[in-house]
Amino acid sequence: MTGIRTEPVTVNLGPQHPSTHGVFRLRVTFDGEEIIDLEPVFGYLHRGTEKLAETRNYTQIVTLTDRMDYVASMSNNLAYVRTVEDLSGIEVPERAQYIRVICAELQRIASHLMATGFLLNDIGALATPLIYCFREREKILDLFEMLCGARITLSYMRPGGVFQDADQDFWNALDILIQELPHYLDELETLISKNEIVLARTRSVGVLSDEDAIDYGVTGPILRASRVKWDLRKANPYEIYDRIDFEVPIGVEGDTYDRFHVRLLEMQESVKIITQCITQIEKGSIRADVPYFIRPKPGETYQSVEGPKGELGFYLISDGGVSPYRCKVRAPSFINLTPLKKMMLGWKMGDLITILGSIDIVLGEVDR
Amino acid sequence: MTEILAVSKIIEEITNELPDSIIKSDDKSIWIRPDDIKKACAILKKPDGLDFAFLTSISAVDYIEYFEIVYHLTSMRKNYSGIIKVKCYGRNNLTLPSVIDIWKTADLQEREIWDLMGIQFEGHPNLKRILLWEGFDGHPLRKDYLGN
Repeated sequence: MTGIRTEPVTVNLGPQHPSTHGVFRLRVTFDGEEIIDLEPVFGYLHRGTEKLAETRNYTQIVTLTDRMDYVASMSNNLAYVRTVEDLSGIEVPERAQYIRVICAELQRIASHLMATGFLLNDIGALATPLIYCFREREKILDLFEMLCGARITLSYMRPGGVFQDADQDFWNALDILIQELPHYLDELETLISKNEIVLARTRSVGVLSDEDAIDYGVTGPILRASRVKWDLRKANPYEIYDRIDFEVPIGVEGDTYDRFHVRLLEMQESVKIITQCITQIEKGSIRADVPYFIRPKPGETYQSVEGPKGELGFYLISDGGVSPYRCKVRAPSFINLTPLKKMMLGWKMGDLITILGSIDIVLGEVDR
Repeated sequence: MTEILAVSKIIEEITNELPDSIIKSDDKSIWIRPDDIKKACAILKKPDGLDFAFLTSISAVDYIEYFEIVYHLTSMRKNYSGIIKVKCYGRNNLTLPSVIDIWKTADLQEREIWDLMGIQFEGHPNLKRILLWEGFDGHPLRKDYLGN
């Protein structure tokens, strides 16, 4: 309909809204149904993690990292303990490294399942796919419970290794899960990936080009969906990833569908990684001899891991004391929000929710 | 493995176009004069030069006599990384040129530094507080901020 003048309307989405996955607010200006301007507003969950870290010792900070990306605590633990180990020159026993990689990959599957489930929930497939996704995630949380007694805020890793060895029950349950997961992921693929409504809602929506993705500092599945083959597990292999054979899936167009599909493919690769870890792992020590109070030499280091949301890095500075002088977190969810406006301008009200869902933010990590 | 690019190469690249912009360097990092940071970053980003197209993170550290802003850079194509730093002396009205024209990822990160460390970035189009609310008193990541 041309010729009809419409007045721009500013709508406030959130901070309490089921599709913002936490307390997150978007101030959006619409012209009719089209988005012409938007501004993300956040910080409602800011707890000052970086400031708190300056008053705690290196071992205690592990618990703070759990509470950042609370759907992927294992990855946070891993990123943090690796930085402390690098700063203080701790050698980690091989068995511990294998267990840590298994945990990180299980956590990646759990996190991607949650991202996929909630994205479908946002598209309008209310609750059903979400329950399918949560069914398997639940089994992974059960495994974590066997390891350390916790399900969400795990604090399983320690500088120098892990908190305790996995018992036989864990390995048995892991074997069963690894056998089941490929069938389950195929089921998810047939249920969702070729679904006409999903395709109509996600294909070519919110495209982010490869150049833009790099310029905006985006990492993780979003970057790979934009055809950039960059995965820290391959580019800068940490722990024992250099002994593992796996692929890095990339997208075709950089749209919402690719972001969702790359996650599905990544889960299959994670299963492959865990299978190889189970065959390669040998008996041995699970923790280096590390004192409770770690006093690294004065210096600084930046180390990062490929978390489920992207590059999760810690920048630690030591002044020789028992607590870090500065502990800066490179939070992938936070930085992945930078191109939000670029991705959403010109799209309709319904696509806004879809695009935000495909970025997969966790507000605990955005606000820290 | 992501290599750490030799500091001498970065120095060479910058001094070719901007002599006297480097204050000092050690085995990992280079300290650049605050006024030259934007030009130096533009040089480092050039695709036919060192190709640092990806700004991994910007961090600010309070060393009491001065603040240090740390830029962690990565070249995805050539798989190496580099660190450049800037020192800002003083406690009040600190300003630094924004690198948002070079890497758009600086947008939210520079706002975070302004919010928590109180360093202003000249040329940033929307320098507002980001994690705390407008009107908050002080910058909590500074060492002299005690809270309560």
